[in-house]
Amino acid sequence: MSTYIVRRLIAMPLLLLGVITVAFLLTHFTAADPLTSIIGERQMNNPAVVEAARARWGLDRSLPERYVIYLGNLLQGDMGTSFRTRQPVAHDLMVRLPATLELVISAMLLGTIFGVVLGVLAARFRDGPIDNIARFFALIGASAPVFWTGLVVLFIFSVQLGWLPGPGRIDSRAVAPPFVTGFYTIDTLVAGDWAGFRSVLMHLILPASVLGWTVTGIVSRMVRASMLDVLSQEYILAARAKGAGPLRVLINHALRNAMLPTLTILGFSFAYLITGAILTETIFSWPGIGSYAVAAARGLDNPAIVGVTIIGGAAFLITNLLTDIAYALVDPRVKLSRQEGS
Amino acid sequence: MTVPLLQIRDLSVSFANRRGDPFEAVSGVDLTVNAGELHGVVGESGSGKSVTMLAVMGLLSPGARVSGSIRLDGQELVGLSERQMRKVRGRRIGYIFQDPMTALNPLMTVGAQIAEAVRLHKPQVGRSQARERAVELLRLVSIPMPEERASQYPHEFSGGMRQRAVIAMAMANEPELLIADEPTTALDVTIQAQIMELLERLRQDKGVGIVLVTHDLGVVAGAARGLSIMYCGRVVERGLVDDVFDKPLHPYTKGLLGSLPQPDARAARLRAIPGAPPPIGARPSGCAFHPRCGFALDICRAERPGLRPIGATTVACHRAEAVAMREAVEVSVHDA
Repeated sequence: MSTYIVRRLIAMPLLLLGVITVAFLLTHFTAADPLTSIIGERQMNNPAVVEAARARWGLDRSLPERYVIYLGNLLQGDMGTSFRTRQPVAHDLMVRLPATLELVISAMLLGTIFGVVLGVLAARFRDGPIDNIARFFALIGASAPVFWTGLVVLFIFSVQLGWLPGPGRIDSRAVAPPFVTGFYTIDTLVAGDWAGFRSVLMHLILPASVLGWTVTGIVSRMVRASMLDVLSQEYILAARAKGAGPLRVLINHALRNAMLPTLTILGFSFAYLITGAILTETIFSWPGIGSYAVAAARGLDNPAIVGVTIIGGAAFLITNLLTDIAYALVDPRVKLSRQEGS
Repeated sequence: MTVPLLQIRDLSVSFANRRGDPFEAVSGVDLTVNAGELHGVVGESGSGKSVTMLAVMGLLSPGARVSGSIRLDGQELVGLSERQMRKVRGRRIGYIFQDPMTALNPLMTVGAQIAEAVRLHKPQVGRSQARERAVELLRLVSIPMPEERASQYPHEFSGGMRQRAVIAMAMANEPELLIADEPTTALDVTIQAQIMELLERLRQDKGVGIVLVTHDLGVVAGAARGLSIMYCGRVVERGLVDDVFDKPLHPYTKGLLGSLPQPDARAARLRAIPGAPPPIGARPSGCAFHPRCGFALDICRAERPGLRPIGATTVACHRAEAVAMREAVEVSVHDA
């Protein structure tokens, strides 16, 4: 298995290079001139300013030249400077990625737990009331737009009931914890700030639930379908014929097998949410990658756009690898290394 | 007289179809298996043999309605709660499935699955002890290198080895009764013989009673003592294997025997029973076999024959005497 992982790790930079190249070219070929966002539309008529800005941002050079320079810088961890924030893109991402990861990991945890439980129950009580309720719940999660469900839950739990705080990562009066990991949950704990930790957790609940709901929708349907498939297998009957009780059959024998196809969905969802949590981040004023990406796209902030794309691509590559490894760990039939090729 | 190991009396099983109409998959089946005896149950697919066996295990789908009596060593099983049935399954009755490829959980080692069967009924047995027992059981079913094999997964086993593992699992708690539901159907012929030998050895050494369900009379011929032939959810003929093979009294049995290849009659064509079993839910009136029967008279269409003894065998046929009299009546398909 380790040789397989090594081979995949070697292939990864090449795949990433492809992502970078495509992202770089695409931003170049977009019709709009990024200079408008750098110097403002009014200055566009001033040749001196335009020339200076071109030279300042390296836009006077040819495309291959810029590409090579960009790659060279990237190797040193320099993703260029954002047109918009005038900060190094790498720094911007470093600050914002943990926020997104914290949100997405929480959402995945919630979504997976609820999705699996609902899926198992729906399959076990197929076509009964539980199945119908689970189906309805999943349907809303998978199809209702996040900007709507987000606003609804904010209205109910924050405005009306006042149980949970509104948007943001931490109480607006509180000071953000000193940067250690960028995960506020961890950083507040490191700082020993219990009130802050509590505030961070409370702030996480709503956005993580809204985002997790979409995951629940997909996962529960997936688990239900594969559970139904597995439950009709003969080894389930065989387990019952041994004298195994219903819970044991459902969890030890059926769920373990049903989780295999679900793993793929989980990996995919996670990678997707890294850059796909835009709407949730916007509604909940979450300073993550998604809202950064939207602002970058709106402002023709090419370095930031390419930076986000690279992160998104890397997220997919890494989760794909992790999913494959997880498969190999769970399913003994999967042999990742090509032993003694025939 | 001793109590039979398994005594099924007037067992009927009905299901509801999609529209909710009930239909009987098994009707009034009687079956008796004595301790340490191998009893064959033969019939085509859809004849109700598997349903009967699943009824014994209490493993029918929740929609099934079971009536009649199933006694294991005198204890009535029909009407037992799920919890009580769980103590019977795997402990007093072992079940062997048709397809060893699908009867083992692909994510668990073979040893773990056998150990699970042990520990389900003997929770006091520790993990390592249960594992030792699993190895011992693999050795019992003649799996070479049982220690190594126990920690392998089902996909690392060949078909025949898997069926041995399934049998080991069924034997985990030394049950009184083994139900083998077409245990050799999915296997190569040479492997079939080995599995049958293994079952026979278990019967002799462990004294376990075995119900061997099959559609293959050839499998039964060498192994079984008693034999029940099922057709359309009913037992149509019952007796000792030798008697039934010697002198089949039901036209269906005769047809089944006629369709067996005979090594000494190379030139003769195999004779198939014409037609096909009727679809479930559309069973013919009277004797269910009459549309395919060369002996059928009006009475066969009108009146369902009950089981009656003729000589040493019991048969459900109005025309049993005629069947016994006439040799080789052409129930075969006309040669083209």
